[in-house]
This record gives sequence, C-alpha cells and structure tokens, in this order.
Amino acid sequence: MLDVEKVHKKFDGQEVLSGVSLHVDKGDVITILGPSGSGKTTLLRCISFLERADSGWMDFAGTGVDMHRAGKNQVLALRRRMGFVFQSYNLFANKTALKNVTEGLIVARGMNRKTAAEIAESCLQRVGMWEKRDSYPHQLSGGQQQRVAIARAIAGDPEVVLFDEPTSALDPELVGEVLQVMRSLARDGMTMLVVTHEMRFARQAANKVILIDGGRIVEEGRPQEFFVSPRTERARQFLDLLGRETEGGNAAQ
Amino acid sequence: MNDRILNLLKDSFVQILLPGLEMTVPLTVISFSLGLLIALGTALVQVANVKVVRQLARFYVWIFRGTPMLVQLYVVFYGLPKVGLILNAFPAAVVVFSLNTGAYASETIRAAILSVPVGQMEAGYCSGMTYMQTMRRIILPQAMRTAFPPLSNSLIGLVKDTSLASNITVVEMFLTAQRIASRTYEPFWMYLEVGFIYLIFCTALTYLQRWLEKKLERK
Ligand SMILES: Nc1ncnc2c1ncn2[C@@H]1O[C@H](COP(=O)(O)OP(=O)(O)O)[C@@H](O)[C@H]1O
Ligand SMILES: [Mg+2]
Repeated sequence: MLDVEKVHKKFDGQEVLSGVSLHVDKGDVITILGPSGSGKTTLLRCISFLERADSGWMDFAGTGVDMHRAGKNQVLALRRRMGFVFQSYNLFANKTALKNVTEGLIVARGMNRKTAAEIAESCLQRVGMWEKRDSYPHQLSGGQQQRVAIARAIAGDPEVVLFDEPTSALDPELVGEVLQVMRSLARDGMTMLVVTHEMRFARQAANKVILIDGGRIVEEGRPQEFFVSPRTERARQFLDLLGRETEGGNAAQ
Repeated sequence: MNDRILNLLKDSFVQILLPGLEMTVPLTVISFSLGLLIALGTALVQVANVKVVRQLARFYVWIFRGTPMLVQLYVVFYGLPKVGLILNAFPAAVVVFSLNTGAYASETIRAAILSVPVGQMEAGYCSGMTYMQTMRRIILPQAMRTAFPPLSNSLIGLVKDTSLASNITVVEMFLTAQRIASRTYEPFWMYLEVGFIYLIFCTALTYLQRWLEKKLERK
C-alpha cells in the first residue's frame, strides 16, 4: 500500500539516509529500530514531507510521487492521508484536547463542526481522553498529551500513522498507557510505522521489524526471527547491547 | 500658588484636554492600528521567508528604527512637498507614526512568532493544514499573547511621542499647552499640566493593559 524507494537525504553534505526502501502493506505494524542518529526520524520526516528528500520515490495507494520534486498540493493531499505522532507531542497549546482533534478536520478538510465533533468524540474515546476533552495541553500529563496527539493523528482516517519515538519523552510510569493505546490501534488493524526503543512492543505488537544503521536498512524480518535468530552481525550486536543495557536495569535510549 | 494660577490651571485643563481627545487620541489610535497591520505583514514576510519582499521589509525596519522620528516628521511634512508630494499635517503625522510603530512592532511580533515551538507548525502540517492556516489559527494567537505586553508598551510610548507632531503644526495637546504658556507667561505650570494629562492617559492605558492581560491569561 505504501512503497518508499531509494530515499537519499543529506544534511550539510553528510549523508543521513543512503537509499532506504520500505514496503508497507495495509494493516502492517512495522517497528523501526536503530541506534541514535541512524536516520530513523529523518526517514519518517521525509515520508511526511516535513523534510525534503534529496531523491526518492513514493507510491502511496496508487499515487506515485517523486519525493524530491512533489509539489505543494501533492504534499498537502498526501499528508491528509497520513497521521504523524511526534516524540514531543506537539499539541496546539492554544486549543483544548477536543479542538486539537477537530482543528484539522474543520480547517483542512472543510468538515462541519458537528461531524468533526462526532469524529473527535470517537477518537478521544479510543485513547481514553474523552473526559479530558476540555483541558488545555498544559493541564495534561505527558502520557495524556500523547494520547490526545494520537487521537488527533487518527482523526483524519489516515491510511498509515507514523510514530516517532512516541514514548521516549515520557516518564517511565506513563509509557504503559500510551503503548496500550498503540496496541489497541494495532489490534484494530491500523497500519502503523513505529520508530521505538520499546522492544516489548516491537516483539509483541509488530508484524515486521526493521533495523536501520548509518542511514541504511541492515536487517528486516518478522519479530520472531529478528529477535531470536538475527541474520546479520550488526543486528546481533544491536540486540546484545540492548540486552546488556536492559539487564543493567536501564531502558535503551 | 495663588488664585490666579489655580484659575489658569482650571481653565487651561479643559483647553488642553480637548485637543487631547480630538487630536492626540485619534492620532494615536489610527497610527497604532495602521502600524500593527504594517507590523504583522512585515513580520510575516520575514518569518515565511518570502523572497525579495523579505529584503524590502528588513530595509524598511532598518531605516525607521535607525533615524529619529522628528527627522522623519520633517522629511515627510517639510521635505516631500519639495518633490511634489504634499501632505497635510495630520496625515503626515499618521504616516510617520504608523510606519514607525510598524517597524518596531514588527520586531516584537516576529520574535513572538519565533517563540512558538516549531513543532506546532509541523503538527499543523501533519493535520493537513497549510502554512497560512496553521499560522493564522495556531501560531499567531499564541504569538499575539506573547507580544501583548511589549505592544502595550509601544502604544503607551506612542501616546507620548505624538507630542512630536507639534513640530509639524498638528494642534495636539503639547502645541496647545505651548501656546497657552507663551500667552500667559506661565511655562512652568502649563508644561506641568500637560505632562500631568499625558500621565492620566498613560495610566488609564496601563490599567487597561493589566485588565486585558488578566483576561488573556484566564483563557
Ligand atoms: N535538521 C537537521 N540538520 C542537520 N542535521 C540533522 C538534522 N536532522 C537530523 N540531522 C542529523 O542526521 C542524523 C540522523 O538524525 P535522526 O534522523 O534524527 O536520527 P535518529 O532519529 O535515528 O536518532 C544525525 O546525525 C543528526 O544529527
Ligand atoms: Mg529520532
């Protein structure tokens, strides 16, 4: 359903993505793993056009675009079919939880207020934040803000939702509530592309795992295979390091 | 202070206050409103990085922040007629005051826009909104709240600066006081009195500012 082909991206002459290709089927939950600085965020940002790839091709449910040359309207149309969940939530600080969800529906999609409010209600119910609909972001905990951000991301009925380390900014005790919401979305068949360091989520909720290192995909496969019998030396090293850190009592960053 | 002075102060109070209400207030309100519009446009073309226009905006801010307002008033009122552009005193004052306010306030608004985390702009994009939609509905409302106190300061500053318009024959409060002073030979009391009236105007604005700030906070 979503094909991304040979994405290249340089920052200040430094190649951050060196020809990354990705195939996503409808209903896939793909976790992207990799050490810090390996280009995971950049990849998601290129897919959502927050960052312009130097080259690359995207095929999104029948629509093909040059990721470098895509025009303004093409980008706008593509973005309306995706959702994005940021590490730092990025809720609209001047809007209540409810308005955060309805804003895009009303302003970008021209929906009337009543329909938008109905959709927002069902989305906020799904993330367990309906009771807090009238709270402003600063009145919510990080976990609650992220759940509202997820509601906002799914409100436009996206064909795929991109998550960039959705739990990395959270206090440890708040990680669970967000992961639980993401698991339930996965169970409901949402197509998800998740950059994360949560190995349990990758193991249990994903049907595919991708390991990125140095701007390249070094291994991809089903979680059972990836975690139990990785094929590449790089993947073994990565998992070893993680295992050691986890045993040491520290979650991997 | 004898009775003569007391009576003079009483009579002149109304004589000065009247041009205050009829000239100083409209001059301030019109110039500040126009100035804010200019400032918003000037800030936006810079933040949005509009080619060429952005350079023009920088140039404009540079000129108006770098030269005395008094000189600008003279250039517009006494200078421009020599090249065929004749403006009456009041419009000339409005032009200078609004361009001046525009230059300073644009920097305030620009900084306020930049103080809103970029993540919210990106979240706007990812909600399907355009740059302008996100700017108008998400970024600017927050920026304006940040910019409110410094803009209030600019407004209070402008009330006082309108006294400079006396130099180009606008009969506002200060020029009126000047005339009464030279007629009555009481410069001390007259200038004190006009200063006091400016103080009343500015105090009223300060209270208005505090009240509005409280209202903004509560939202
Ligand atoms: N806007 C940017 N400007 C310059 N360098 C950047 C920018 N964004 C990311 N980088 C660099 O690109 C590399 C990959 O970053 P990123 O995609 O954020 O990695 P990850 O999300 O895997 O930690 C890093 O070396 C980072 O410093
Ligand atoms: Mg990252």
